[in-house]
Amino acid sequence: MADKNVRYLNPISIDTQKEKYCRFKKKGFKYIDYKDASFLLMLCNEQGKILPRRLTGTSLKFQRKVSQAIKKARHLALMPYVADNLR
Amino acid sequence: MNRYETVFIMTPVLSAEQVAETVEKYRAFLKDNGASIGHEESWGLRKLAYPIQKKSTGFYQLMEFDIDPSVITPFETEFRRDERIIRFLTTRMDKHHAVYAESRRNKASQPKAAPENAEEA
Repeated sequence: MADKNVRYLNPISIDTQKEKYCRFKKKGFKYIDYKDASFLLMLCNEQGKILPRRLTGTSLKFQRKVSQAIKKARHLALMPYVADNLR
Repeated sequence: MNRYETVFIMTPVLSAEQVAETVEKYRAFLKDNGASIGHEESWGLRKLAYPIQKKSTGFYQLMEFDIDPSVITPFETEFRRDERIIRFLTTRMDKHHAVYAESRRNKASQPKAAPENAEEA
């Protein structure tokens, strides 16, 4: 237990789970557009995969809209199917 | 009469007037099938995210129109038959999509005000 004598300046908050919210519902999005790839790129990881709900915290309704929009954008070559360095 | 939005990609080897002629061909096809073309946008030559038919760039064209649903299938076979078009996607626009497209158009037309990122419409 090397870190027994390590004292933290402020208590580390591992257990306090930040309350997750669906940013689409909060901002009042009505439609996720498949044409602006820059916005959709924020919702996928650096390999171009769609981020799961447990990470982004989006609601099921908007997660389906987002995944549909990303798949359409991929079909139109606005977004890659697989990428190695997206960030 | 449903509202549809079609985006199609043309192969980059076309010259400028061939691109215009292709777009004109589909505009004419829609017009004589009783469509009212709402809005058109050309994104010009853009880089593709992955090569299609060994080509890495393409001319993008967007078309928004109101048409009878029965015309969509012949419209799409037209796309499939034309070898200048390498990719196309027709989507039906529900009311949220139409409202969004409206706001996107005003945002694009009015001068570059503060680009507010809230996309709700």
